[in-house]
Amino acid sequence: MLNDIQKHILEVVSGMAADAQGAVNIRANGKRAYHSNCEGVRIESKTDKEGIDIIIEPGVVADHVYIPVVVTEEGFHDVVYNDFYIGEGARVTINAGCGIHNCGSCDSEHDGIHTFHVGKNAVVTYSEVHYGEGEGEGKRILNPQTILYLEEGARVTLESTQIRGVDDTKRYTKAVLKGADSEFIVQEKLLTHADQRADSVMDVFLDGENSSCRVISRSVAQDESTQTFYPRVVGNTACFGHVQCDSIIMGNAKVRSIPEISCNHVDAGLIHEAAIGKIAGDQILKLQTLGLSYEEAEEKILEGFLR
Amino acid sequence: MLELKNLHFTVSDENGEKHILNGVDLQIPDKRFVVITGPNGGGKTTLARTIMGINEVTSGQIIWNGEDITSLSVSERAKKGISYGFQQPPRFKGMRVRDLLEIAAGGKLSHAEACSYLTQVGLCAKDYVDRDVDASLSGGEVKRIEIASILARKSPLMIFDEPEAGIDLWSFARLTETFKAIHARRESTIIIISHQERIIRLADEIILMANGNVAARGDADEIYPQLMGLSIAGCNMLEVDQKC
Repeated sequence: MLNDIQKHILEVVSGMAADAQGAVNIRANGKRAYHSNCEGVRIESKTDKEGIDIIIEPGVVADHVYIPVVVTEEGFHDVVYNDFYIGEGARVTINAGCGIHNCGSCDSEHDGIHTFHVGKNAVVTYSEVHYGEGEGEGKRILNPQTILYLEEGARVTLESTQIRGVDDTKRYTKAVLKGADSEFIVQEKLLTHADQRADSVMDVFLDGENSSCRVISRSVAQDESTQTFYPRVVGNTACFGHVQCDSIIMGNAKVRSIPEISCNHVDAGLIHEAAIGKIAGDQILKLQTLGLSYEEAEEKILEGFLR
Repeated sequence: MLELKNLHFTVSDENGEKHILNGVDLQIPDKRFVVITGPNGGGKTTLARTIMGINEVTSGQIIWNGEDITSLSVSERAKKGISYGFQQPPRFKGMRVRDLLEIAAGGKLSHAEACSYLTQVGLCAKDYVDRDVDASLSGGEVKRIEIASILARKSPLMIFDEPEAGIDLWSFARLTETFKAIHARRESTIIIISHQERIIRLADEIILMANGNVAARGDADEIYPQLMGLSIAGCNMLEVDQKC
């Protein structure tokens, strides 16, 4: 059973109540804490290694699939493999996410390795929130990997959010758009503060004819934190790709943004845009004329930017 | 009542000191609709910005409802009921039109309320209320949203800096109706910096600014002929050194 800290983290990372309905698998400190299936959605524990298989049958429509992870033991290092098999024509929304509460002096770490096999014409929204809390000196470390294979006409939206609390993250996303007309959208939101560090590397391969991808990355780096973005898109056929990285830099933070686009076909159209800058003075001023203090104006601007 | 007493605003650069405002004295009674007009570089925008507190005056006093607000910050003046619509408003990535209107209103707005402010500036509300105030909007659209934010603020003193700039003719006609309606309700003192005859004709009083000071004031019928004269035939009046 979950304690109150675990329940709180659960709500933050997946927006779910502890008694949520639907297909649910809650992993707490490396063990399955709760599990339920629903029609057309099976969640099975792996037998050869840590992790689960999530099997969505063809044609199923499922809005409530929750697979959150909670780590509250200090010094706990959790590695988990989750494999998703999304059947042809299924439409599914999956809420994942990981929260670490570390009050101790040893580092806590969760490395989730997620692999998606998305069938023909399936539509998937995968939302993951990474969150850390606790006053201990031990670091909260999250290193997620998300690997996706998209068949013909498959559409995946990956919403990845990490707002505060995670001391160190190295995230890797790889998408192979094998099928024609497949589409992949990434919306990454990241806020680092104190002396946190975040690296995000992405590889998107547009192999299917008329496949497309959009990478939208928004980040805020505060205090002494550092961020590096390395989104790479490769167009191997007639395809379209757009990479947009926007970062707001504050305090003594450092941000590197290195988008890379490679066209290996005459009909591949790829675009990248990257911008790093501080909050514009006229934005603050405008909100001050509406009665906000400097700090309130800054907060509103960041809130909108990372919405 | 807004009182400006001997306002000076001076900037220094490599060519020495430049006096943008030269001892402006002005009283604007409550609920008046005043248009400030005059040639470029005459000090109109600077005057408006000093009232809002965006530009700090070099010397002089600004009195609002009997209180000396000269040393108050922009936010403090906003809370005292002063608002200012920027000539070139900023854009915000991720901030929706509705969010901006709610910040302006100081709280949640119903869908109908948010939409009514947009309608008043000639925007089809349902197309805009959930859009971001970002680069996807044209200059004219951002400008009209800026004006809507001032309407949502409902402050006792509304200052608009060239609200017509960047707005197409048809939307502009809608906007003048809005200014007229606000004035008819006698809810606020309205100060508009403008060069547009249609707006000038709406005002109770016209203030003509040139060379950092009030050159003339009166109603539209008195000032308008002078203004035409100044801008066409008599341009030497506007030159500091009387050469043209």
